[in-house]
This record gives sequence, C-alpha cells and structure tokens, in this order.
Amino acid sequence: MMGVALRRLASALPVLLLVSLITFGMMRLIPGDPAAAIAGLSATPQQVAQIRADLGLDQPFLQQLVHWYGGLLQGDLGRSILMGRGVFAVTMERLPVTLGLSAYALVLTLLIGLLCGIAAALKQNTIIDQLAMVFAMIGISVPSFFLGLVMIIVFAVHLGWLPTGGYVPFAQDPWGWFRSVTMPAISLALLQAGLLARITRSTMLEVMRQDYIRTARAKGLPYHQVVFRHALANALIPITTVVGIIISLLLSGAVVTEALFSIPGIGQLLTQAVLNRDYPMVQGGLLLVTGFLVLVNIGIDLLYAVLDPRVRYE
Amino acid sequence: MSLLEIRNLTTAFGTESGQVTAIEDISFGIEPGEILGIVGESGSGKSVTALTVMGLLPRPPAKILSGSVMFDGQDLTKLSERQLQKIRGPGIAMIFQEPMTSLNPVFRIGEQIMETIRAHERLSPRALRDRAVQLLAKVGIPSPERRMDDYPHQLSGGQRQRVMIAIALACNPRLLIADEPTTALDVTIQAQILDLLMDLRDELGMAIMIITHNMGVVAETADRVLVMYAGRIVEQSPVERLFDAPLHPYTRGLLDCVPSLEHDRPRLVAIPGSLPEPARRPSGCRFRPRCAHAAPACAETLPILAERAPAHAAACIRLPEIAAAMAEPA
Repeated sequence: MMGVALRRLASALPVLLLVSLITFGMMRLIPGDPAAAIAGLSATPQQVAQIRADLGLDQPFLQQLVHWYGGLLQGDLGRSILMGRGVFAVTMERLPVTLGLSAYALVLTLLIGLLCGIAAALKQNTIIDQLAMVFAMIGISVPSFFLGLVMIIVFAVHLGWLPTGGYVPFAQDPWGWFRSVTMPAISLALLQAGLLARITRSTMLEVMRQDYIRTARAKGLPYHQVVFRHALANALIPITTVVGIIISLLLSGAVVTEALFSIPGIGQLLTQAVLNRDYPMVQGGLLLVTGFLVLVNIGIDLLYAVLDPRVRYE
Repeated sequence: MSLLEIRNLTTAFGTESGQVTAIEDISFGIEPGEILGIVGESGSGKSVTALTVMGLLPRPPAKILSGSVMFDGQDLTKLSERQLQKIRGPGIAMIFQEPMTSLNPVFRIGEQIMETIRAHERLSPRALRDRAVQLLAKVGIPSPERRMDDYPHQLSGGQRQRVMIAIALACNPRLLIADEPTTALDVTIQAQILDLLMDLRDELGMAIMIITHNMGVVAETADRVLVMYAGRIVEQSPVERLFDAPLHPYTRGLLDCVPSLEHDRPRLVAIPGSLPEPARRPSGCRFRPRCAHAAPACAETLPILAERAPAHAAACIRLPEIAAAMAEPA
C-alpha cells in the first residue's frame, strides 16, 4: 500500500508541472502589469520600469520561467508582490480557513446526500422518494451565491440568528467559528448534497437488486443489517469516486462563497491576487492547492483498496 | 405430518398491463428428510414458488393472492418480515443459481458464514469461528481454517457454491431450498455439488427442495418430482415412476429431450413451440397449443391434478386416449 502511495505521488508530478506551466503562461497572457499596479496612478514611466526590473518582469518569458522553477526546486515559492511576504506562508495562513469551511460543508453534504439518497432508494416511488428527489433537484438547480444571499437576508438580517458575514478563527472561539461558517457551508453543501443524493439513490437501487442482497435476506439477517452493512458497503465504492470529485468542487466553490460572506480563505486570497496581477502569489498559491487536491485524490484511491478487496493493491 | 405443506398457493405480479399470476393453485408437501425435485422450463414458476415460501419476493410488485404455506405449524404467508427472519436460516435455508454473484464481494467468506450464525444464536467469538471452520470442512473446502479469510473473488465457482451451502447449513435448517444449484457450474463440479447435497441430507436429515430444469439432476437426486408448466403443477410422482411411466404429455416431452444411450431412439424430440407468456396463456389446458394429443375439449376446462396411480397424479383430461395411442405399435 505504501509503495502504491509513493508511485501515485510520483505520477502526480507531471500534473503539477502542467498546472504550474499553464498558470504561469496564463498570468502573463492576460493584460495588466503588476508593476503599474504597485506604483500607482501617479507614478512616472521610469518608476514603473524600475519596479518592473526589481521584480524581474523585464526579462524574457523563458528566463522568468526558469527562474521560477529554479526557486521551486529549492523549495522557494517566491514572494507575494502585493503583500511582500512569502507565498508559502501567506497560503498556509489562509488555506486552513478554506479547508475548515470545506470540511464542514463536506460533512453536511455527506449527511444530507447519503441520508436522502438511501431513504429515497429504500422507499422507491413513494412520497419520501419524491420529496428527497425534489429537494436534490432544488439543491442542484439553485446557484450557491443566490442561496447564500437568501440565507443572509432571512437568517442574518430578518431573524438575526447568524452573522451576515465575517470570520472567527476556530482556535479563538469555536462557537463563533461555527456561527460564522454555518451559512457559507450550507450554501456550498446544498448543491453537492443534491448531486450525492441522486447518485446514492441510483447506486443503492442498483446494489439492492444484486444476488448477494437476496442471499443476505435468505440468511435471516435483520433488514437494517442487509441495508447498512451488505448494501452500503458495496454502494460506498462508486459513491467514494463521487465524493472525491465533490471535495474538489467544494474547494473551488469556496471562491464565490468566501467573497459573498467575506471569509478570508484561499479563494479570496487568490481572487485578490489575480485582480492585482500578483504573479508569484497566483502561481504559488494555485500550485499548493493543486498539490492538496492531488493528495486528496491519492487518498481516495487508497480508500478504494480499503473498501473493495477486489482492487486491493499488493 | 409434512414438514412443509403448501395449499392452493397463488402468487401474482402487478405489471403495467395488469395483474398476472406467476404460480396458480399450487399444492404439495415435503416430508422431513425427503428430496423433492421441481422441474420445468424457465418461467414455469419454480423459482417463484421457492421465493414465495421464503418470503423473499419483492412485495409489491409480487402479491400472494390465496393459499397457505404451513411450516412448523405456522402459515408463512401470514408472518411479518421480522417473524420470517427467524425462520430463514434455522427453519428454511436457500441456495441460488449464481454462486459467482450470490456472495457479497466485500466481506470475507468466514464472516459471511459467521454473521448467519450470529443472527440466530448467541455464541462466543471462538465458538463462532470454530463452527464456521467446521462448516467449511463439511462442505469440502480444503484447508478451511485458511480459507476463512478469503474473499469470494479468490474462490472458484464450485467453491463459492460450497460456501453458499455452508452458509445455508450454518443454522441446521430443516428444509434446504436449492434453486438451480448446479446450472452455472461445470459438469464435473455439478456432480460433486449434487453428491454433497445428498450426503448432507443423509447426515443431517434435512429435507431438500431442488429446483432444476435438468431431468438428469432430478433422476440423480430426487425421491419425488413435481413437474411445473406455465405456473401450474402438471404432474407429481415418485422419481422412478416418473421416468418409467410418465403420464402428462409435457412430462413425456421433457423426457424425450433427454439424450439416452439405453433407448433405441433415432433422434431427440424437441417440444414444439415455447412457454406462453403469463399474460397470454391459452384457455383451458396451458400446454394445449404445444400438445400432440390436444382435443377440442382441452380448450374448455383447466385440467386439475388428479391421482391416477398411488402417489402419482397428473393434470390432463386425455390420459386414457394418450395411453391407448402409446400402446399401439407405431
């Protein structure tokens, strides 16, 4: 298993290389000049040129690229132009905020999605099935920013139960953190929960038709054991694939949600960096996020081996 | 008293074009220790009969319209799911046609045996494991102790069917229903599995209901045979008598399809036509459109199963004529 993990890590290197190349190129393709942004409106062309030279942006494209990769090889992601601090340090400050929010949203997604999906499958073609699927349809169709706005108006403005936005670090005040990220997490989770509910339903329906479920019933096992042990253990295999995708979607969805609820996460950080043409920040930050997602996917692959003995890696 | 006594059982399925009966007015019994063979083509209602007894048909769409299934003084058709769970395993156990897909792929086989015992009895983990190992040994799995931790995909089809039998035997059932237990297996393995079932019957004294479309399997194992056609029992007989003196034209047709070295027959005779769909069954005798002896009267009444010789019954109104026709030299 360890060997597989290492091999998967090695095969992730080309992915990281490609992502870094694309972001590096894209940033330089979009119009705009970080030097001008730093220098401000009243700066003379000489001043701007000076800043550009300081940042190394006057060098040819390839040379800049080689320089950046040289830094990467030494473990140096560069410095943020805007903040004047190391990219790695800044990212590591913000990443936990996003991860906390995403993890909370993931827990909600799993709870709502799995419960709705299983209930709908077991009560196929009943009112429970229909209600669960209508709920899933709403979750999938309503854009998360709209849902977020509605929730802010209802729960924050009118009812005053939750803050309209802002962020309280967990370490500082767990209850405050919980209050500050509940609405963002719900608005993030509902879409994914709808997706998961539908996939869980169809997977469970498929599994419940299998011969081994009939065997489990023929043994005289109690119904809950047939469903939650025999059926779910098999249904979780395809569901895990979807959960892997959902984790990526939650992280990327956090960009909009963080902006809406003014949460200082990685989404907000990178949006600011792109708007200000903070090249090193965008390149380095995206590389770290990509690396994290690659790790998540390796984790999912290894989880398969735990769930399905037929694909267990030697 | 019979171990299992089925009376006038009718099971139907709700379909888009209305309700169709899968089995109709089925009555038979099984004695303790007896091996009863049920033969018939696919779609004749053999499996539905077995699944109705087990209470394993999905309801809806399936529905028991009438009749009773008496087992151990209880009518199984009247029991709740929870009460049926107590019968499945220690009372009646079942093995299926597809050993490749009948075991749960994500659990070790030892666990799949042990959980069956656990569902019905309280045993220490040690005793539980010992019993599972003994069961694997009993069904002829080599080095059972080591095989306990194997997953189903590590076993061959024949071995998986042995594990299925071990699961079925786990709680010492008094009746084992084997639904086409050898159909998916190689011929050599088929014989081994049938031998195993018969040995287990002799050793444990349980009754076996063996469902098959294969007359050879019936001849080899059964004490008594039911022949089913289009949801009804058309003939019922002790096994030797069925092969020596079949009554119903359908049974004769089935036997003519079996290759034989003893009889001097130029070629095998297939039964013309095919089994009617449940929604399009003919009036009167269901076998009439395929029967060489059909007469106009056959279309008018549904023939009932009537005893023609001791323990030998058939549902056909033209038996005397058929017997006469057969007696004439060709």
